[in-house]
Amino acid sequence: MRKKSIVVKNISKQYRLGHVGTGTLKNDFYRFWHTIRGKEDPFLYVGTHNDRSKKNDTDWVWALEDIDFSVEKGEVLGIVGRNGAGKSTLLKILSKITAPTKGEIEVHGRIASLLEVGTGFHPDLSGRENIYLNGAILGMRKNEIKSKLDSIIDFSGVEGYIDTPVKRYSSGMKMRLGFAVAAFLEPDILIVDEVLAVGDAEFQKKCLGKIKNVSSDEGRTVLFVSHNLGAVKNLTTRCIMLEHGKMVSEGEPGKVIEDYLKMTTLPENIFLNQKRINEFWGRDIILNSISALFPIGVSYFHFSEELIFEIGFCIKNVLSESLRVGCTISTLDDIPILSLITGQIIDASVAGQKSYKLCIKNLQLFPGTYKLSLSIGLGSFQESRKEYDVVRDALVFNIENLSDSSNAVFNWIPGYGNILHRDASLDII
Amino acid sequence: MNKHIEIIKPKRSLLDLRLSEVWEYRDLLFMFVRRDFFASYTQTILGPLWFFIQPIFTTLMFVFVFGNIAGISTDGQPKIVFYLSGLVIWNYFSDCLNKTANVFVSNAGLFGKVYFPRLITPLSIILSGLLRFGIQLLLFVSIFIFYYVKGDIVFHLNAAILFLPVLLFLMAGFALGLGMIISSLTTKYRDLAMFISFGIGLLMYATPVIYPLNSVPLKYRYIVNSNPISPIVETFRYAFLGTGDFSFMHLFYSVTCMLIFLFAGVIAFNKVEQNFMDTV
Repeated sequence: MRKKSIVVKNISKQYRLGHVGTGTLKNDFYRFWHTIRGKEDPFLYVGTHNDRSKKNDTDWVWALEDIDFSVEKGEVLGIVGRNGAGKSTLLKILSKITAPTKGEIEVHGRIASLLEVGTGFHPDLSGRENIYLNGAILGMRKNEIKSKLDSIIDFSGVEGYIDTPVKRYSSGMKMRLGFAVAAFLEPDILIVDEVLAVGDAEFQKKCLGKIKNVSSDEGRTVLFVSHNLGAVKNLTTRCIMLEHGKMVSEGEPGKVIEDYLKMTTLPENIFLNQKRINEFWGRDIILNSISALFPIGVSYFHFSEELIFEIGFCIKNVLSESLRVGCTISTLDDIPILSLITGQIIDASVAGQKSYKLCIKNLQLFPGTYKLSLSIGLGSFQESRKEYDVVRDALVFNIENLSDSSNAVFNWIPGYGNILHRDASLDII
Repeated sequence: MNKHIEIIKPKRSLLDLRLSEVWEYRDLLFMFVRRDFFASYTQTILGPLWFFIQPIFTTLMFVFVFGNIAGISTDGQPKIVFYLSGLVIWNYFSDCLNKTANVFVSNAGLFGKVYFPRLITPLSIILSGLLRFGIQLLLFVSIFIFYYVKGDIVFHLNAAILFLPVLLFLMAGFALGLGMIISSLTTKYRDLAMFISFGIGLLMYATPVIYPLNSVPLKYRYIVNSNPISPIVETFRYAFLGTGDFSFMHLFYSVTCMLIFLFAGVIAFNKVEQNFMDTV
């Protein structure tokens, strides 16, 4: 059995909304009086679940509830969840910035957390001096920093400005310098929170590579929080998902990410009422449902097969012309891959709810997760177009590779490779 | 590698101060001191000279207002030397107290992102204050020598000068203790932060900085004597100028008060430190 690195035992964290303390001096004393006699805090019994979208009747909220997991040495644990699900609170407790309300955590080894890079940089000091300062804040000894100084400067790629005050740096340069310091920390456990948001593609790749090395080559434990699901999938060996302060899924990264995507895809009713960016969209014709028709028994499309979706829309004001449907497929980080359009074949002369099946053929997307945006209107790519309704990110779907049962050649590396779409077409069937 | 096992729990015992951890982070302490010192005069023309300018001008103002207009006694000493001696040691206290009292609020950004023993921050304030005090003491000593050569001061080297480190230690202890108590409370109740800025100003008048203790009418003298800072200022003056109150009893009172403040401060700080991010 491998050694445990972090054991989290039933951690809960309670916050009070909108106020500080228990509200009044009287309650503070009441609470103090209870705790000083060794009794439980009387305010621990109130509290509601952590749900950002609902208004609660009590002011107390459990940001985390009974989180229980453990991480083995050398593992890379991904933590996913929507905004406000409790990810950052969990990391803050792990990095000792705030104490849990209940529960306890056993930590084996030194923790370094990167909740933000370049923490404590002083704008008036030079890059070099800030390396020392930042390193010391992160827990490095001075000699340790001195011996790694050259490698840090080299990794950061800001040699030219190393003796310039940091306030003259661009935000990307600051972040490069900050990450470079952190990269040369040698903690037993590294906590990384969404720090790769800035920095150019080259540096992001460098950082992700470094994080991977830290775990696989040096045997350190990494906790990684990110909304970049691609990075989570590539880097982590196991994932947990938080929702409303509770741990709702745990296991293989692929499985947890799929659970997460299922949860975050727009539910049908929201899709229906979603406010359109353009006020004309959805006025005459409104798109109101979409679902993916996956092959039987699975919740993804196969790499080489056609993609079939069922869409529903409502014609409120009839048109003499026939309509066409368009769609755009983009990656999770909103990079469009391609747009497709059908012929103008949908009859719009009768009002009412309609339902059609869409089929994308000859599109070989490499396995991964994609978003589909949908439009309905007139015209084609060659002529002028008019949209009656557009819904962005209407659906998220997965493409999987079932290479075991297929003769296709799969020698792509995740993140690379071609999308074959020269002959791709969108049809109504 | 995994020898180090730590348990994160909801509440630490009040006396679990983790001083060994502070020791591990000693490099950070000096880094902070360096930062405070150098960063305070970057982009200034006069640079470190600013450390002189503030006490010089304050002293001149005191000479003018309290010495010439109000005519308050300076115990027969040259006015400049008298006021400067009080100011130098008082400034050390008030600077440290002011900064320590705001330590949580002004460092919230840093404390919210990374963990290090929080005690490092107030300690670094005390140390960088000491650096500034050293520079101002230099100023005082040069002016003192100037007046000595001129013959306006009779200098008797007395044993009280050996108390100088003790006086500094006392001042540091008071500033740290009181500052930590206030900073712990200000995380929840910001009222105290409002109070501290003028409170320090008021406290100066209750301390023999601009007047000698022996010029205070006997029936009010207990007020000044009950202020535990007073003996420190008086002893400091006695050490250099030979006038002023020097009493072991009063110093002992100071030491006792300081230890109480310091103890209470460290405990309050240690308690608040764990959860202050939720309230600050």
